[in-house]
Amino acid sequence: MASPATQVDPAATPGAPLMEVTDLVKHFPITKGLLRRTVGHVRAVDGVSFTIGAGETVGLVGESGSGKSTVARLVLRLLGPTAGSVKFDGREIAGLSQRELTPLRRNMQIVFQDPVSSFDPRMTISSVITEPLEAQGISSGKQARDRAAELLDLVGLSGRDLDKYPHQFSGGQAQRIGIARALATNPRLLVCDEAVSALDVSVQAQVLNLLRKLQVELGLSYLFIAHDLNVVRYISDRICVMYLGRIIEQGPAEAVMTDPQHPYTRTLAGAIAADPRTGGGTRRVVVRGEMPSPSNPPSGCPFHPRCPQAFDRCSTEVPAPLPAGEGGRTASCHLLDITPTNGKAVR
Amino acid sequence: MHPQPLLEVDDLHVEFSTADGPVEAVAGVSFTVGAEETVAVVGESGSGKSVTALAVLKLLDGGRISRGQVRFDGKDLAPLNPKAMRKVRGNDIAMIFQDPMTSLDPLYSVGHQIVEALRLHRRVTKRAARERAVELLEQVGMPDPRRRLASYPHQLSGGQRQRVMIAIALACSPRLLIADEPTTALDVTIEAQILELLHDLQREYRTAMLLVTHDMGVVAETADRVVVFYGGQVVEQGPTAQVLRNPQHPYTAALLAAIPHPDSAKERQLPAIPGAVPALRDMPAGCRFNPRCAMAWEACTHEVPPLYELPGGRTSRCLLHREGGGSAVVAPPAPPLSAELAPAGPPLTTRKGI
Repeated sequence: MASPATQVDPAATPGAPLMEVTDLVKHFPITKGLLRRTVGHVRAVDGVSFTIGAGETVGLVGESGSGKSTVARLVLRLLGPTAGSVKFDGREIAGLSQRELTPLRRNMQIVFQDPVSSFDPRMTISSVITEPLEAQGISSGKQARDRAAELLDLVGLSGRDLDKYPHQFSGGQAQRIGIARALATNPRLLVCDEAVSALDVSVQAQVLNLLRKLQVELGLSYLFIAHDLNVVRYISDRICVMYLGRIIEQGPAEAVMTDPQHPYTRTLAGAIAADPRTGGGTRRVVVRGEMPSPSNPPSGCPFHPRCPQAFDRCSTEVPAPLPAGEGGRTASCHLLDITPTNGKAVR
Repeated sequence: MHPQPLLEVDDLHVEFSTADGPVEAVAGVSFTVGAEETVAVVGESGSGKSVTALAVLKLLDGGRISRGQVRFDGKDLAPLNPKAMRKVRGNDIAMIFQDPMTSLDPLYSVGHQIVEALRLHRRVTKRAARERAVELLEQVGMPDPRRRLASYPHQLSGGQRQRVMIAIALACSPRLLIADEPTTALDVTIEAQILELLHDLQREYRTAMLLVTHDMGVVAETADRVVVFYGGQVVEQGPTAQVLRNPQHPYTAALLAAIPHPDSAKERQLPAIPGAVPALRDMPAGCRFNPRCAMAWEACTHEVPPLYELPGGRTSRCLLHREGGGSAVVAPPAPPLSAELAPAGPPLTTRKGI
């Protein structure tokens, strides 16, 4: 690893990941009373590490409240982290000021779940797309408009749509515009936060195809957040599974989904409905209970109160990520750490 | 087959009046739900599936049943006045919605709301109603039910709120439960819990269920029969396993193919359906699916296909069945990743003013 003290030039570190997140923490204070005393913390993100390579898609999955959207906002520095490091292209961005961040922002963009509500209804599509170009001082006027037309073409719409308003488009078309806007500044990383979740099935497939086409053509990296595990599995090269602010398992997408090593990933994978074309009749594995609140996480392993395989050590000691297979797989589970000295037969 | 269906929706038309004149959201829909049967109504946004469910209970806000009948136990509900309808709702037919937060009253405790539902339809004392409320909460798997009576909706998780809604819906042992996207807002592990709960309670209460959903996975898991909606019409219906394994309408086949599933080949595109779901005001002539259909030919653009009866108690609205039916409906194959993408389709407004 490069020395953390030096500001590394991207060209100088070939093969380095585009984004490197290390021990990222975000605690939100819980305040109470007139003086807004801090009475506790919501540990939304509690020590998360992962990397995204150039041209790679990393899927982030987990139940609501697991911290995946907070991670998305932290890596884009839409939120400041409590602790930890976020390196983009070898450069530390966790401590940068808003002013220092501005030139970096063109490299990292986000696509939201509901594009229509993220557009100003009184702005034409042309203004929606050229706004980031002007904000970044990349281009303006006719030049920016030409770029907007080019972008619409790229996402399967047409330059004829430039003077229309957001409400004139269907949900799928609006999401294409959201993607065009995010691509305006030629970013290298696109964060897709539930970007296809609100779309109809027939249209969702179109947008997934578009995202993959753009990745091949433009060499984009994606951080892809979605609650639909089949969607994440289809689009991702690697998957990180989050639970209560921690990544409890990560590795190549197929391996994680077909041969999960963490009991939580196993229950998550088991909770996916079967392919409907088999005709149904199969029931899913049902895991009991719900994810506890991140303001009052359990001791030890965050999953132990719901885990069918938990043993005494799980309630006292937080499991560290352990190697769990090829392709840099890790899983944070004491079951992977069973040795003659500390282990006991559990399975 | 059941001798007399519990619910018969017969040639239902629903109209909404808008500033630009009336639009028809449901255009001649017919299907039945037998006693203790689970029927899934599946479709995309704007297909008319939720409007149909609301029309059964006459909860149409700004809309009205313009034609057809909704018969419950042989009796038409369409002409009933609001007072008579209130006796049906909650008592004979209960409904649960996607977002329990908006259907629960934030100002009242959970216990109050269950007791209210019970006392609206049954002559019971407050004390007895409270005891029954505890029992109901226990049945829907609420942890610590007696203490939960005092909780307010915002103090509960999404899954717990949906459990409360189910408890209220079952309070008067309805014969039909209408569930409109009951698990759409929930995480996958909680969705599995709620579907299991609905299945168990349905058996115990011997309740029929009309399940409205966009999710074919949920259909496969829960429904005896499935009714596929597109553009305000039924395009296909039949026993779930047969329809999902061997769809007869090109829309059903294409919809099933477009869903990413564990075996989706990553080196191929997903077989998307081109274009967008048509707007109510802008329904294509002929078959409503024809502009997006990979198998459409000239006749499909002007001839309205009827519902053809197929063997095995199935129906399908496609001209492919005209010559005696059974022609193989296949979903378009997945194109390789490098191929041209399915077009986004023309903007929905292009026909305006012509």
